[in-house]
Amino acid sequence: MAQPVLEFERPLLELERQIGDLRGFAEGENLEIQEELRRLETKAARMRHEIFSRLTPWQRVQLARHPGRPNTLEYVASLCEESMELAGDRNFRDDPALVAGLGLSAGAPLVWMGHQKGGSDVKENVRRNFGYAHPEGYRKAARLFHMAGKFGVPAVAFVDTQGAYPGIGAEERGISEAIARNLKTMLSLHSPFVAVITGEGGSGGALGIAVADVVLILEHAFYSVITPEGCASILWSDSSKAPQAAEALKFTSSDLIQLGVVEEIIPEPEGGAHRDPEAARRTVREVVLRHLARLKAMDPEDRLRRRRERFLKLGVFDTDPDLTPREPR
Amino acid sequence: MSWLQKTREKLGGVPRRDMPGDLWIKCEGCGEILYKKELDKTLWTCPKCEYHFRISARLFTPMITDTFVETDQDVVSTDPLGFRALKRYKDQLKQARQKTGLSDALVAGEATLDSHPFLLGVMDFGFMGGSMGSVVGEKFARLGRRALERRQPLVVSAQSGGARMQEGVLSLMQMAKTCVRLAELEEAGVPFISILTHPTTGGTTASFASLGDVILAEPRAVIGFAGPRVIAQTIRQELPPGFQRSEFLLEHGMVDRVVHRQALKPTLSFLLRFFAQARGQAAIGT
Ligand SMILES: [Zn+2]
Repeated sequence: MAQPVLEFERPLLELERQIGDLRGFAEGENLEIQEELRRLETKAARMRHEIFSRLTPWQRVQLARHPGRPNTLEYVASLCEESMELAGDRNFRDDPALVAGLGLSAGAPLVWMGHQKGGSDVKENVRRNFGYAHPEGYRKAARLFHMAGKFGVPAVAFVDTQGAYPGIGAEERGISEAIARNLKTMLSLHSPFVAVITGEGGSGGALGIAVADVVLILEHAFYSVITPEGCASILWSDSSKAPQAAEALKFTSSDLIQLGVVEEIIPEPEGGAHRDPEAARRTVREVVLRHLARLKAMDPEDRLRRRRERFLKLGVFDTDPDLTPREPR
Repeated sequence: MSWLQKTREKLGGVPRRDMPGDLWIKCEGCGEILYKKELDKTLWTCPKCEYHFRISARLFTPMITDTFVETDQDVVSTDPLGFRALKRYKDQLKQARQKTGLSDALVAGEATLDSHPFLLGVMDFGFMGGSMGSVVGEKFARLGRRALERRQPLVVSAQSGGARMQEGVLSLMQMAKTCVRLAELEEAGVPFISILTHPTTGGTTASFASLGDVILAEPRAVIGFAGPRVIAQTIRQELPPGFQRSEFLLEHGMVDRVVHRQALKPTLSFLLRFFAQARGQAAIGT
């Protein structure tokens, strides 16, 4: 399927197309063409490095939203030799925007869950509600967290959503409660738990499955309290200021490491995960398994205590000695 | 005078009223002109239509307590991102402190009601829309820790537009931070009572505020995750009447009771008596 081209990668893709065309002619031993090919390839490599070594936060947002990036079900397919999706929240319906299930990974059982977008396929994207989950999605995830705890198996979550769905039904059926309940559930889960921000980590809808022992993020993914567009329209009264908001919100993978919100950045193939989805999936598998192995070796009580401490210490504040306590009234 | 001095003065001064200094005020519910002295007696609810005026934390606290000693008012934000949109976050904080006399959007402290001690947090929409940033999260966590150590109930009154964007993802993390304490209280069998006032939305609703063992809501308060405007834009249709109001949440099973402000104190008193009796029983795990 044709992939959309991002503005800043256009010159590179154009050059790569030229190289491809030229290769078509270079069947024989035409030295001139070989020479030209080498020149263009050097140029492409330099251009690639130039573009991707200094991406702006807004450009990263474009990459993180690229429909050609692997989706949750694809990451699960790479992580697990065998997996089975489970449906429904046992209450209202199944939510196709948040998938969950069981898997065997390197022979060991785990539960998985994640937001599922439809990529470039419009019909599929509509069916998946563009990865905007309803309360039922979060409650399905809750079922899986309970199973993880009950059977002592790890949980792995893949986060890729702009946020929980802002709609009438979502509010009627308690989207706030569903997310809030999950936060508490994840903070009571005794199993090892790894979350991976694979694309967009959008607000409470992302956090609703990501209160993990270890939070990983793909190189070009981001994790934010609000979309840059939403932030721009509130704080700048102008949604076209999204690029500025993307700067101000400090949500790129390297910012998040500094803030202590994620533990590790998973490098992406050059040009982004959509350029080589297979490679991206393999890397994610390796990094997740490495962390799971470490977490499995820990004492469950200790692991949970550390998870709680991890979230308790997030935040930056100061104490001002001048603000002395008031007299009791 | 520096803002700090001004803030200090206000912290020690008289309780703030959200309303201007006039004697009369128009009810936002029915348009009736009301005498402010009367409103003090009705706890800032309209005697005609029961409209609940949004009131500051300082004004609200005595309405649900007999005694209250504030704690942790020295916890302040440091602008961790150096955030600037049309305004600088630092300036916004300064203005909010001057306007409210508060150090941030949550007033925390130790309270009693009918001789029952409890830990109380009251949010104040006047301070940057009651938004939850690192300071609100930390003060909540400290309240929770004390509730745990003393095995005293935690009561938090929410009034919040959600997470504080100016602290970026750190404000999002406060949702999880508050829930750490609630998970601990759950295990220890210590009650958490959540009071929802107008408005309670976003990350505040999607974290601690929705997790009370008992959830009370003031009448007609807007309570929800997404703001009504965002929803209307997304679905491109009119929202049903009463959508996201307390009564709507009651009907959909999301809150336990809608309680008139004048009934809040006796309601809370009953709950504190109930939990004082129930304390010591083993908690039923989730
Ligand atoms: Zn009225």
